[in-house]
Amino acid sequence: MTTTGTEPLLRVQNVKKHFPVRSSSLFNRDKLFLKAVDDVSLEVYPGETLGLVGETGCGKSTLARCVTRLYDLTAGTVEFGGQDISTMSRGELRPVRREMQMIFQDPYGSLNPRRRVGSIIGDAFQIHKIDDSKGQKRRVQELMELVGLNPEHYNRFPAEFSGGQRQRIGVARALALKPKLIVCDEPVSALDVSIQAQVINLLDDLQKEFGLTYIFISHDLSVVRHVSDRIAVMYLGKVVETAPSEELFEVSRHPYTRSLLSALPPADPDAAEQRERIVLVGDIPSPIFPPEGCRFHTRCPKARLDCAEHVPPTVPAFDDPPDHVMACLHPLKQDDELSDFTPEVADSEILVEATLQDAIEEPKP
Amino acid sequence: MALLEVDDLHVRFNTDDGVVNAVRGVSFEVEQGKTLGIVGESGSGKSVSTQTITGLTRGAKVEGTARFDGMDLLQATSEELRAVRGIKIGMIFQDPLTSLHPAYRVGWQIEEMIRAHKKDVSKAQARARAVELLGLVGIPNAKTRVDDYPHQFSGGMRQRVMIAMAMALNPALLIADEPTTALDVTVQAQVLDVMRRLQEEFGTAIVLITHDLGVIAEMADDVIVMYAGRVMEQASRRDIFYANHHPYTEGLLASLPARNSSGGRLLPIHGSPPSMINPPKGCPFAARCPYVFDRCIEEAPPLEEVFGNESHRSACWLSGQKSEREADRERVRAALLEAEKMEGIA
Repeated sequence: MTTTGTEPLLRVQNVKKHFPVRSSSLFNRDKLFLKAVDDVSLEVYPGETLGLVGETGCGKSTLARCVTRLYDLTAGTVEFGGQDISTMSRGELRPVRREMQMIFQDPYGSLNPRRRVGSIIGDAFQIHKIDDSKGQKRRVQELMELVGLNPEHYNRFPAEFSGGQRQRIGVARALALKPKLIVCDEPVSALDVSIQAQVINLLDDLQKEFGLTYIFISHDLSVVRHVSDRIAVMYLGKVVETAPSEELFEVSRHPYTRSLLSALPPADPDAAEQRERIVLVGDIPSPIFPPEGCRFHTRCPKARLDCAEHVPPTVPAFDDPPDHVMACLHPLKQDDELSDFTPEVADSEILVEATLQDAIEEPKP
Repeated sequence: MALLEVDDLHVRFNTDDGVVNAVRGVSFEVEQGKTLGIVGESGSGKSVSTQTITGLTRGAKVEGTARFDGMDLLQATSEELRAVRGIKIGMIFQDPLTSLHPAYRVGWQIEEMIRAHKKDVSKAQARARAVELLGLVGIPNAKTRVDDYPHQFSGGMRQRVMIAMAMALNPALLIADEPTTALDVTVQAQVLDVMRRLQEEFGTAIVLITHDLGVIAEMADDVIVMYAGRVMEQASRRDIFYANHHPYTEGLLASLPARNSSGGRLLPIHGSPPSMINPPKGCPFAARCPYVFDRCIEEAPPLEEVFGNESHRSACWLSGQKSEREADRERVRAALLEAEKMEGIA
């Protein structure tokens, strides 16, 4: 997918979302903020799939909810189809919502168990006052057929469907108003692999047929790699690297991207034995008190003194193409192995762990 | 003799909708110091099998034998089982938050577990052991963390606490039921690392239940593939990935996005698993199998040796000769491609 020359469908600029949290100390009355998304900029072009990966708590779902304006933004702007939607009121948003829809992770929790499938999918027509009830039924049945459900099951309840079929209901509901953008938040994570493949193929077909644009959020890297044209990697509220999918897997520049990719066990015993496994030390830091400078510096094997002081700018590394950008002061060369480096920052968890390991006595059997 | 020998295990549950045949004739062996991977989709009976062995499926109708350390676990009284669980067989589960008591400090929970089984261990000794165990599973600052509550640990750290508890009395067998499913990949890597290290150090046998073929490829020595309460295929890790026989195993691998990097279409397995209330009389996979023929629908295939390889068994009526099986593969692949093309034209 070439992105040069075309206008982005969605432009996210310096978006921040901070949630107020109660201060833990009685005497410290300062308001604390959980910085779920902190200064994120990215673009999504028409017809492409942008993958958003990262671990629990990195802010990927919050970002999705900011982009669709389910949350109000703390700062920054979101432009959709050239229109700034970041400060629109609910009423102003209504026509925009027709064009951007969401699919959620949990096919059990996201469908009302007491309502029939036909009315769940038909809701959108009701809300936006499209067509009379007879026309609606026909449209809903067309949608059901489109996503591979039997239109005769119009009057069934969600409980009568399997997990994979429920996710198809979610897809049909999102498609009802012929949106331009669909934000898929972990759409296949709750499904078994064989069913997962069915839903991924369905999303793929629909994209080709209707020229849809997807933002595809997942923690499963192999799924994201398969569906995405470009991938953005998030860590602790920030995007650390963005690149075309294959390029990201071949030449990742950011040490976090590299460790994330290396942690994925390939379903292939030979590859499992050969790969360089980087086991990250420690836990993801608190988003209430994120580390200064580069947020990954406390766990980064390549952290240098300046990493703890300066927030790295998002730029191409070395002579990378302009669509491959990353935020690291000391990006990795292709043949660099992370295990060859030792951190030089004082607050590195790697160094703390190393001293601890030395201190542990030989365990008694 | 293997450490654990399960033979012809059947588990049935009575429910309002009828009798659910969750496990239907499962047999496997676990060797000392080895890892047996059990892979399968939701409802394949992989968890029920191991939970039954350790006596955790109350109210189930159980048949078969499970020989462990000279006794049949399925015939054992609850007293006898209690003496095995925790001491000789350690267990860890998917969700470490619900497996730990939220209102007790983790150190206390580990001490309690040690002292419940070993009456002669003093409180101080148990506490020292708890600290040692937490250090062993890689929890930094074990000495102070021992007094923390479960909610003060992250998901990965909690799973380490669970491993520490399961390993407290040096069990010969560790049953890990989806131990990393709730964890992020980088944390999963840490936890798998801990399990591998402990296995090397103490020679513990592991039964690893998972739906993730990546975890299997990394951890298992031998693998059984389960579907609809039966073992479909049983082989060494390499054979499962590179020389599998059963169409279900083949289908599972083909539907993985990782096996089929960016672009191209995935090859899903069509349809969904059968109901276990009225399981089909033939092969349970027949309805979804691209190789299906008349006999599959009429008669369930037994788990038999294939490819002239003693350790490789498959429950499928397709030929056990390598060359013939390859020919079948070619035939079906061509048919599938043709069907795909027709669909494209229509």
